[in-house]
Amino acid sequence: MRGSDILYAGAALLLSMATAMATAHAEGTIKIGLIMPYSGVVADTSTQMDGGVKLYLQQHGDTVAGKKIEIIRRDTGGVAPDVAKRLAQELVVRDKVDILAGFVLTPNAMAASDVSAQAGKPLVIMNAATSIITTKSPYSVRVSMTLPQVVTPLGEWAAKQGIKNTYTMVADYGPGIDAEQAFLKAFTAAGGETLGSVRMPVNNTDFSPYVQKAKDSNAQSVFVFIPAGPQPAAIMKTLVERGMTPDKVKILASGELTDDSALKNLDKSAVGVITAYHYDHSHKSKLNETFVKDYRAANKGENPNLLAVGGYDGMHLIYEVIKKTGGKVDGESFIAAAKGMSWESPRGTIEIDPETRDIVQTMYIRRLESVDGKLQNVEFDKAERVKDPVKAAMKK
Amino acid sequence: MLAPIAGVLFDGIAYGMLLFVLSVGLSVTLGLMNFVNLAHCAFAMLGGYVTVTLVNDFHWPFLATLPVAFFAAAAVSVVFEQLLYRRLYGASDLDQVLLTIGIAFVSVAVAAYIFGTLQQPIQTPAFLRGSTQVAGLSLGNYRLFLIGFALVVTVLLVVGLEYTRFGAQIRAAVDNQRMARGLGIDVNRTFAATFALGSGLAGLGGALAIEIVGLDPSFSFTYLVYVLIIVSVGGLGSITGSFAAAILIGVSDIAGKYYVPEIGAFLIYLVMVIVLMWRPAGLFGRR
Repeated sequence: MRGSDILYAGAALLLSMATAMATAHAEGTIKIGLIMPYSGVVADTSTQMDGGVKLYLQQHGDTVAGKKIEIIRRDTGGVAPDVAKRLAQELVVRDKVDILAGFVLTPNAMAASDVSAQAGKPLVIMNAATSIITTKSPYSVRVSMTLPQVVTPLGEWAAKQGIKNTYTMVADYGPGIDAEQAFLKAFTAAGGETLGSVRMPVNNTDFSPYVQKAKDSNAQSVFVFIPAGPQPAAIMKTLVERGMTPDKVKILASGELTDDSALKNLDKSAVGVITAYHYDHSHKSKLNETFVKDYRAANKGENPNLLAVGGYDGMHLIYEVIKKTGGKVDGESFIAAAKGMSWESPRGTIEIDPETRDIVQTMYIRRLESVDGKLQNVEFDKAERVKDPVKAAMKK
Repeated sequence: MLAPIAGVLFDGIAYGMLLFVLSVGLSVTLGLMNFVNLAHCAFAMLGGYVTVTLVNDFHWPFLATLPVAFFAAAAVSVVFEQLLYRRLYGASDLDQVLLTIGIAFVSVAVAAYIFGTLQQPIQTPAFLRGSTQVAGLSLGNYRLFLIGFALVVTVLLVVGLEYTRFGAQIRAAVDNQRMARGLGIDVNRTFAATFALGSGLAGLGGALAIEIVGLDPSFSFTYLVYVLIIVSVGGLGSITGSFAAAILIGVSDIAGKYYVPEIGAFLIYLVMVIVLMWRPAGLFGRR
């Protein structure tokens, strides 16, 4: 008797689970699988990105075009392409998600792109910034940026300002080499000259030999790219220690060098550093003011950075596509609707290039200034509608 | 031509001094107590976070936080020593490695949980920033401070271990535990104190390193390779050896990165291989 009771109970449980699952992917729900490093040494990037996603849902509700949006979060724990791929497979096969999104790190985005290509699921890249990622799946689309897109306008701008020569210092890995080559290409094409380049180990500890080398080259300007984290502050401190302050040498960099966490370590001696970037929380627009205010309110006063904007814009793209297709989110329909889409983001007007599915946006040239006693990136020039130069060059 | 060489030497020695403060504690515990403590840099990180917290949240001056970083790392390490390490003093190297590398990983997660994974900001006092002109050379103030500080630490350590009663007890306990016990030396307490001293120095090194390299939860591993190289090149348990090895590694790291940046990051491994082939027990090894 007892045995059959258990059997019945088990059967009933299975049945109710099956019903629950059937309702879960009933017509009215669209599932989004977010893959990010929620834990590990880069967990703060996910806090920002997920903060952007949550803020969008909070402002716009979780229902769009009659569909309920359900978010499933998965943690990669850091750079882990194998984990990202497995999570993407599980999300598609077991959780039956309709859209894959997130992706702070390039290797993880590359690995998940294979799953997107094979399963025909749209993949929304909210940060990972290496140019070629979007070529890995015909169903991927990027709302963040690529490094060449950031530094090419900077190289052109520098040459136009009459800066004659430069010394480049980049972290010795894919994005660093991308940045070095794109910057030098733009700078030399516009008449600038390079006096030397150095590639520094990614986990370098003491920057003094590299900074000394740059100083000994007597270049008018140095170009710096190193990933966000503890290093931007460390290299800036070394530059200042060696007397390479912006009043003597033009310091040019991609925005990582002067992001919020680096600025907390710096003082007025860093005023004058020139950076190019697509977003800073001080950007002046009505939408950005609301965005920053709401983000701060929801995140203990933290300022949003590019990752939060990436998450926010990624959700916006998904919502607009759902509106446009009336809820059809298979890979083909999603990408067809996303191509050429243009909207107002907290960073300004952005659009999706119909040819490459990559983002087209304004690059701001900023000067580090002391505003009310606090260091701030102040936008003073810009290059509009910048496409990813690498893919433009690949086409030729 | 002379100026760059002198500059590179100066930077290398300053960097070596930082590495020395970070690694000398491990040399002491590994060499004197035969305990493989891969969590050594976790104690260094603890010191770093103590300094950052005191400076930022309690507005202490940077220099005043250094002793606190030392004592905090020392105190916490004693707790670990009593609860965990003690059980493995007689165990195999592999068991010790597994335990301590585990502790290092846990420390990363704990630091990320409490402080977040972002870089911790620190502002050193104005007189430690910028640089001073000495005989046509521009010497970084913080680096001058590092060199001076490390020299003081070295003298204190050498004097402490060679000429005091406590130092004699440590050496006795290491050389012949049974004999030392027979003479009434409390070997367990001596070891605990030695361990605390080593970890305290690591904490001090962690606090000093923030200005050069910054501080985030991965610190437990950032310096681990450097520290292990210095301990093995210098020879286990030798303070003079650690001092010489730290300068050798510091200078060759900086010189390599300055003169041949393409292979600069590998030069220290080359130096290590050559030294260990020439003297397998390290420069001042006792075997």
